[in-house]
Amino acid sequence: MNAAHLNEGGISAMRLRGLMRKEFLQILRDPSSIAIAFVLPVILLLLFGYGVSLDAKHVPIALVVDEPGAATASFTGSFRHLPYFDPLTLPDMRSAEIAMREGRVEAIVHLRTDFGRKLYQPGGTPVQIIVNGVNANTGRLILGYGSGIWINWLHQYAQINHIHLPASVQVEQRVWFNSELRSRNYLVPGLIAVIMTLIGALLTALVVAREWERGTMEALMATPVTMNEIIIGKMAPYFVLGSGGMLISVGMAVWLFDVPLRGSIWLLFGVAALFLLVALGMGLLISTLARNQFVASQIALIVTFLPAFLLSGFIFEISSMPQVVQIITHIIPARYFVALLQTLFMAGDIWSVIWPNALALAVMALIFLVLVRRISRKRLD
Amino acid sequence: MPDSSDVASGAVVTLSGVSRAFNTAGGPVQALDNVDAIITRGRVTGLIGPDGAGKTTLMRLISGLLMPDTGSVNTLGFDVKEQPLQVQASMCYMPQRFGLYEDLTVQENLDLYADLQQLPYAGRPERYAELMHMTGLAAFAARLAGQLSGGMKQKLGLACTLVGSPKLLLLDEPTAGVDPVSRRELWEIVYRQVSKTGMSVVFSTAYLDEAERCDEVLLLHQGRLLGQDTPAAFSSRMQGRTWHRSLDEGVSKRALQHRLSQLPGVIDTTIQGEQIRLVMAADTAAPDEANLQATPPRFEDAFIAMLGGADTAAIVSDQQPVHIRTTDNDQLPVIEVSGLTRNFGTFQAVKGIDFSIRRGEVFGLLGANGAGKSTTFRMLCGLLPASHGELTVAGVNLREAPSSARSRIGYMSQRFSLYGSLSVLENMRFFSSAYGLGRQQRKMRIDWACKQFELGEVIATAANDLPLGYKQRLAMACALLHEPDILFLDEPTSGVDPLARREFWHRINLLAEQGVTVLVTTHFMEEAEYCDRLVIMAEGTILAAGTPHDIRMEAAATGRPADTMEDAFITLIHRQPEFATA
Amino acid sequence: MIASLSAAWRRIVALVGKEFLALLKDKKSRFVLIGPPIIQLLVFGYAATFDLNHVPYALYNEDGGAVSRQLAARFAGAPVFDLISTIRRDADIRPLIDDRQARLIVHISPQFSRDLALGKPAPVQLIVDGRNSNSALIVLNYASSIVQQFNADRLQRSGMGGPPVHLEVRAWFNPNLQSRWFLIPGIAGLITLIVTMLVTALSVAREREQGTFDQLLVTPLRPVEILLGKALPGFIIGMFEATVIIALAVFWFDIPLLGSLVTLYTGLALFLLSAIGVGLMISSLAVTQQQGFLGAFLFMVPAVILSGFATPIENMPEAVQYITLIDPLRYFVVILRDVFLEGTPFHLLIPQFWPLALIGTISLSIAGWLFRHRMY
Repeated sequence: MNAAHLNEGGISAMRLRGLMRKEFLQILRDPSSIAIAFVLPVILLLLFGYGVSLDAKHVPIALVVDEPGAATASFTGSFRHLPYFDPLTLPDMRSAEIAMREGRVEAIVHLRTDFGRKLYQPGGTPVQIIVNGVNANTGRLILGYGSGIWINWLHQYAQINHIHLPASVQVEQRVWFNSELRSRNYLVPGLIAVIMTLIGALLTALVVAREWERGTMEALMATPVTMNEIIIGKMAPYFVLGSGGMLISVGMAVWLFDVPLRGSIWLLFGVAALFLLVALGMGLLISTLARNQFVASQIALIVTFLPAFLLSGFIFEISSMPQVVQIITHIIPARYFVALLQTLFMAGDIWSVIWPNALALAVMALIFLVLVRRISRKRLD
Repeated sequence: MPDSSDVASGAVVTLSGVSRAFNTAGGPVQALDNVDAIITRGRVTGLIGPDGAGKTTLMRLISGLLMPDTGSVNTLGFDVKEQPLQVQASMCYMPQRFGLYEDLTVQENLDLYADLQQLPYAGRPERYAELMHMTGLAAFAARLAGQLSGGMKQKLGLACTLVGSPKLLLLDEPTAGVDPVSRRELWEIVYRQVSKTGMSVVFSTAYLDEAERCDEVLLLHQGRLLGQDTPAAFSSRMQGRTWHRSLDEGVSKRALQHRLSQLPGVIDTTIQGEQIRLVMAADTAAPDEANLQATPPRFEDAFIAMLGGADTAAIVSDQQPVHIRTTDNDQLPVIEVSGLTRNFGTFQAVKGIDFSIRRGEVFGLLGANGAGKSTTFRMLCGLLPASHGELTVAGVNLREAPSSARSRIGYMSQRFSLYGSLSVLENMRFFSSAYGLGRQQRKMRIDWACKQFELGEVIATAANDLPLGYKQRLAMACALLHEPDILFLDEPTSGVDPLARREFWHRINLLAEQGVTVLVTTHFMEEAEYCDRLVIMAEGTILAAGTPHDIRMEAAATGRPADTMEDAFITLIHRQPEFATA
Repeated sequence: MIASLSAAWRRIVALVGKEFLALLKDKKSRFVLIGPPIIQLLVFGYAATFDLNHVPYALYNEDGGAVSRQLAARFAGAPVFDLISTIRRDADIRPLIDDRQARLIVHISPQFSRDLALGKPAPVQLIVDGRNSNSALIVLNYASSIVQQFNADRLQRSGMGGPPVHLEVRAWFNPNLQSRWFLIPGIAGLITLIVTMLVTALSVAREREQGTFDQLLVTPLRPVEILLGKALPGFIIGMFEATVIIALAVFWFDIPLLGSLVTLYTGLALFLLSAIGVGLMISSLAVTQQQGFLGAFLFMVPAVILSGFATPIENMPEAVQYITLIDPLRYFVVILRDVFLEGTPFHLLIPQFWPLALIGTISLSIAGWLFRHRMY
């Protein structure tokens, strides 16, 4: 052994190989690593891909017509045959109200006794639409669909009865990148950020803390291994594992859920690699500071997993958050990755989005790695 | 490159003025205080001292894992502060718990440490073969380290540290929790390496017979170096102060030991075969006793004397008689086991064993690691159901008995299972309430325990922050609060220093004298001498049963000498067919 | 009988006291119990909203007539939308959307005023960024309702006393349709679940890892007493934290609490029972704390997603809807929203109560059985 080559920055290929092989073998034999790295992502993808949808379709509504007639039939008829609503005809408002309270319908469309009569009188007749406002999101969608149906019915009615109505403005909607407005097209790419945070930060934090707890870190440090080797020896295997998680997620997204991948796949893997470096850096930092599995897992949950879920723009729109929370989101790496993922999957290689976000990730990766290197000492105190 | 002057002087480690303190929850603790020492090349050096003496800290300082606050540490010619990596490249350190990856196989662990020590690939097959042969692990190369027995883990840990042929080997309590056979095998390997390669070894241990065999001893106490010398030189200071007292007809060993320990000037008493060994304070004449005979001193005597002897005074004074239920006949066995079997899948851990324990007996359950004694123990406590066979404790099977039956037993496990974040008082309060003690009784018993176990000054300390010896005392106090008449002790002295062990056995003796039945497992064979009767288990069966005397006789009958319980144990284990072929 | 019951009671009290001491004495675990729930409620409470505001949009008005300017003014006046740019060329549309500078482009074609004057329907094109489909849907909905309102007002002013049918729109229980009212009661359930799981899922695993569980089993404590001793601290802490969270929801976030507290706390108690049962079951199965933590994590993530907390259960595929039936959070989220916003009376919530009681009973029984019968 040549002593001259031993310094803190040195890296020996043999030692590094040994460390990495050890790490891989441990991953393969530890059911909890496999659970976090492969089982949980697949469960999450299936849940979000199939289970979660924010769209309002087939919403159950109650139609209450106090005095049925030809006019009411034509109005209520326009609520049927639409994918948005599953109408249910109820005899009176009382039963409709009970149905709403019991959660059997989300809205009530009420045509009063004098609907047929007042239709021909000046001032016209009102139609009442009552929505259950508890789920505000759904409530608003129901109101939107309802007023669209009303305008359409009105023009048909005017045409048939030769009534002159001022022409109305018609909305022509164009949804770019996701013309069918499928939730899964944006949820599944965003989920990749959550999954890679899980593997990169949570798993890494746990396994390093475990080495401290089991006393193997002490044995490792008593060998001539350098800190750089320990850090790279930990990062490289989990980098591969994270890339594996990424491949599974992308594969499931494209082939199982038919999410379009419009950008370049190489660019996707490039930014994913950057994000993985950030996540691994966070995981190593947490475990270096905690050295205890229980605390490490709690910290990892609070500072990496929950923000990736809530503050990254994955489910909730960042621009709608209060200013203070918006500022906080700037230090959440998942925020940049989610923006990159949604753009690369649905829009394509749009450099004006890619550059600033990728740069932010690169800076964060650098900061975390420098911090980890600074804090990690080959000492036990 | 190593400093040539050090090579010439033959020093492998030079410590000068080394101090090191730690910040703990209870304020700073001085782990090492101004230690000066030179450890000689090519020798086996023992670091000996009670718990908290600073042994592990010293090892970590020598290996460059910790830096001294003041002073300097020079290992193999390198200043550890300046060149820790150079130090680590030419030495090896086996921490407590051996530093093995339990989810890697034997071979994979070896590969890892070979890579880390940068052992050239060309030399590996030869080196592996040598180590595997030496440690007897060749047949288990593909087994996960976590599935090895304690003894095999320890040998694998050693093999991993030896893989790079280090110049200096540091072993931190390498034999803790390991049976005598494995212990002997380990030291054979180490000594063979030392004589073959000229390697230097520094180790710490709680077994004083291991200290006796090494070349030089550093005796540490509370962070200070009390002395550095050969074991023989330590022992020779005790010349004329050690005696054997043979037994009288009709007096139990324990009663005699207890009486002798109370004599003025006696600092240590131990049971040795059919005799009691006495150690006298300096410049004190031998007591006026019959059947007294001078005996050569051992290192252990010097150790006890230098540390001021075990503090057994409190144990004796103010002893409150343990309340014994006298409903059953004294002649009836309290614990009875017949045809007891336990299967784990296809593996039979306990193979139909029989024994019975009488009231007031101290009964030992001995065996190598993996012999099935823990499984037996757990079945007796009702923690594990038996696959076949009968077992009764105080007339019932604890697994099915009503909960009140469990209030008759006390249980102390090898890990001193206490609630670490709770204070001493809170632990005692909880266990006394869990055993259903009323408020007044509880207060009385806790007062008793504080006095009896000298826990008064640490009453508010969290159990985790206690030194090991105190943890053991607290665990025992908790097991005795409800005055049980049967006591289950699973390796109660594992990892505890000799002083604490002596105190512990004094207490057990007194309890036994008062009629408490004690079932104990242990790895310390000299402790087996305290038992009235014992069984030695191997491979799930009973190898030998009887009084310590019977066992020694049985071992002697094979033709090998069996002066001590440890010799007898090893002889009997080796009598097994499996060992005969090896 | 009485004596043995009182002895059992003393033992349980001792165990509960010990659990509390162990939980609250350690600074780290105290932090875990107090810090995260409050941080989560505040961050969740502010971050979790489906309502949009300050949506950046661009106007592309090729018409220039008075009517088109009126329509444009409607958008400019809407608090939801922020005009970031007015564009003049087709080529300007793409970069604005691509860079996410504008989420919406309102495009009024050159014939707009002429078509309207001729009595022909005039189209207005709304181009939205679909990368976040939910936001896109909401943006479209906001924009369409501006256009509809514009149409309705034109009808109203058309001389004939308005259109023959006009809409009267009302939203019950949440008149301003604030999604915070919808989400925060759900968050209260979610955080209560996390806290109770953390308290219980590690409690048995920790004792097993440290060897104290054997020590407990050899004392006269019966499995059912250990079960009670382990469950009560989780119950008390869960009750306490849920009360704090409910108070914050009412007094800090101004969510109306219309129903009775008795109904709310009945639901809370049953929910805690089931959450504790699942937590203790995971804990009894785990050998180490890490397994306990991962088990809890593997349970919690799907339980939250499938609870209907953020996305309606009715939108899920039928098979997934069946899975949600074993999710205790599903029932509790319904109870919370109904009691908070609708003031639903006790008897209407019984269909939510009994499944919780059932889940609690079954999981607690399994946990108690595992205490003694788990092999390792």
